[in-house]
Amino acid sequence: MDNLGTIGTTEEQIELMDVATNFCRDKSPVDKVRALIDDDLGYDPGIWREIGELGWLAIAIPEAHGGVGLSMAEVVPIAEQMGRNLMSNPFGSTTLAAQALLAGGSEAEQAEWLPKIAEGAAATLALREANGDWDLSNIDATGFESGGTVTLSGKKQLVLWANSAELIIVSIKIDGEVRFALVERSALSDNALRRETVIDETARSYEVTLDGVTVSADALFDESRTRETLEKIELAAGLIHAAEMTGGAQSVIDYTLEYLKTRKQFGKIIGSYQALKHPTVNNYVEYEKARTHLYSAAHSWGEQGRGEVAVRMAAAQSHSSYSTAADRAIQFHGGFGFTHDCDAQLHRRKAILSGALIGDAAYQRSKLANLLFD
Amino acid sequence: MADKPSAAELKDYAEQADAWFKENTVRDPGFMLPLTFMEVSTDQQFDFLQDWQRKVYEAGYLGASWPKEYGGGGMHSEFQRVATRAMKKHDAPIMLNAIGNGWAGPLILDLGTEEQKQKFIKPMLSAEDIWCQGFSEPENGSDLGNAQLKAVKDGDDYVLNGSKIWTSLGDRAKYMILLARTDFDAPNKYAGLSFFLNPMKIDGITTSRIKKLTGEYGFVQTFFTDARISADCLFGGEGNGWSMAMKTLEYERGAKVKPVGGFFVKELDVMEIVELAKNSVRNGKPLLDDPVMRDKMTQYMIDIQALNLNNTRRRMPQLMQDRPMGLPLMNKLARTELIRELTEFSLAFQGTKAGYYVGDENAVDDGYWHRSYLNSFSATIGGGTSEIQRNIVAEHALGLPKTR
Repeated sequence: MDNLGTIGTTEEQIELMDVATNFCRDKSPVDKVRALIDDDLGYDPGIWREIGELGWLAIAIPEAHGGVGLSMAEVVPIAEQMGRNLMSNPFGSTTLAAQALLAGGSEAEQAEWLPKIAEGAAATLALREANGDWDLSNIDATGFESGGTVTLSGKKQLVLWANSAELIIVSIKIDGEVRFALVERSALSDNALRRETVIDETARSYEVTLDGVTVSADALFDESRTRETLEKIELAAGLIHAAEMTGGAQSVIDYTLEYLKTRKQFGKIIGSYQALKHPTVNNYVEYEKARTHLYSAAHSWGEQGRGEVAVRMAAAQSHSSYSTAADRAIQFHGGFGFTHDCDAQLHRRKAILSGALIGDAAYQRSKLANLLFD
Repeated sequence: MADKPSAAELKDYAEQADAWFKENTVRDPGFMLPLTFMEVSTDQQFDFLQDWQRKVYEAGYLGASWPKEYGGGGMHSEFQRVATRAMKKHDAPIMLNAIGNGWAGPLILDLGTEEQKQKFIKPMLSAEDIWCQGFSEPENGSDLGNAQLKAVKDGDDYVLNGSKIWTSLGDRAKYMILLARTDFDAPNKYAGLSFFLNPMKIDGITTSRIKKLTGEYGFVQTFFTDARISADCLFGGEGNGWSMAMKTLEYERGAKVKPVGGFFVKELDVMEIVELAKNSVRNGKPLLDDPVMRDKMTQYMIDIQALNLNNTRRRMPQLMQDRPMGLPLMNKLARTELIRELTEFSLAFQGTKAGYYVGDENAVDDGYWHRSYLNSFSATIGGGTSEIQRNIVAEHALGLPKTR
């Protein structure tokens, strides 16, 4: 099987890992995470500004468009540390929007938006619909093109951070073909956005009603690049979410270990009981496998064929290991685990949302099987 | 230590090694070759593997980086790595003398006297002297520190009484690295242990073959009845047995003594399982069209790829910062359990043929998969059971308290 990749790192990646480890830990203590759950915006605008100033949104944008000129590989350690510290903000959605622009945007579209994103403007993708299908091309929203104007209709769901995004990249069908349209947030009325209640309370998600929204025909991606744009979005999303979930798995295991090392029952530290110890080791082993896949996926990013296998392995393994580790974390915390105060539920909920957004472990495996066996 | 070789030197050496293994490797001698040193069952297998190791050693591809004065090649360890890679590439048979070359040899090179190095190293490399290990006892499997075999000092000798078990190659070995109790009043169980380089072919030592669950042989139980050995056999001083035994484990990582090279255990080629799956049929269709089998096989591919990449990641400190001991300590657990699961899974492909066993002409691949599955337990049990491995990972990588 020559579509299996290897593992490696870049210097920039490791430097960013060090910076992000400290930054996310310092800026996102769990009491702050919890305070932001009740905040409308859902993140600290000051910290978002700092993230822009650190240049993190510019990492995978070419220098010609005001970026740093690195790749998604260098975004991975940042997303990993954000996931580890439950730091929620439009970093992931903005990075994905930039990747979509790079894959499908015209030169003019790229020149307009990439420098803005590189400087800190938030953006997002509007891909999902009522049918609940993970297949990005199974959509019903439409665009009707006439006289240089495209009139949109339909509803998009699970649009992360739509309220904060200056730019929303929307998938629609024009004449039966999937296309992408750039919609400025300012072109949408407030009524067009409905905040959704999603299982991860640290995230902000919106349903976007497109009916009556018009964009210029210049705001469409070139139709010849639809296919590669879909592929790029799916893989970039898989990689970013894999990074967040891997960081989250590490965090929820550490959180559980703390409890196992301090909580006493029947006169003993409960972490000395093998009934708790052994499954915790199993979860840890699965987490390390996820992290290995994550850095293999980062390393293989951009390699034809291998990139997709590596990303899907990382997405599958991180989703399954994060889900299991968080599930067991709830159980191992006993009565406390059943409360909202226990952080285990934050992770369990986040893993469910991530799986819903990109396709869960079983879905990733079904896609992988096609690549591996057919 | 020899100088680090240039890329050109290594390339030359790699070409030589490649040519040598291409020409000399026999993969099918007409009988089933053991996949690990623990599975050597027949004289035919033993003779073949002893001869093979001697040939490899004489060609310079085993012990290439061990000191020249004791029989090694005196070369930089990169050369040995290159040679081992050639062995793997040509799917060469295993090296036989695992305990000698992997455990006793490094210990002697590290801490032995000049005389011991002169005496033991060369015949160990050529597989003329086979070594075995006497750690586990019938009553003390996972709890090695509680070993009870008695070694009583008597003049210039020690007198041994007791029994060791799961001794691979025990009936073929000339020497055993032996963990025995010299002090029954020591302050703790570990402090009473001593380590011996014990001769096997003496009065008072007998072995009895153990028939494995596969129906084959490979292990023995060794009985010591007033066996008398010279006090010179003591290694590392009385009471230091536990630390000597633990040291033998450290050498596996190759930090102190350069690795001898070769491999004692043949890694299962997992791609063969994929091939088997692809060639299997269910309900008249390819097996991998079955969604359940397809999903399981995919999960195993994810696991296999992770463990293979872990071997590279282990050497990347930048990706090992949070728990540097995590991957090294979990490797045995993860790998052996995966192989057990995979080989069991391979039986599920075979439909009605899963019912056959080694020896029947209808068995798939001569029963290779059944034998591999049953033998896989040797690795999930031997060398510390998976349950003990989980304790080790929990206590030494995750910092959980000991189980009492």
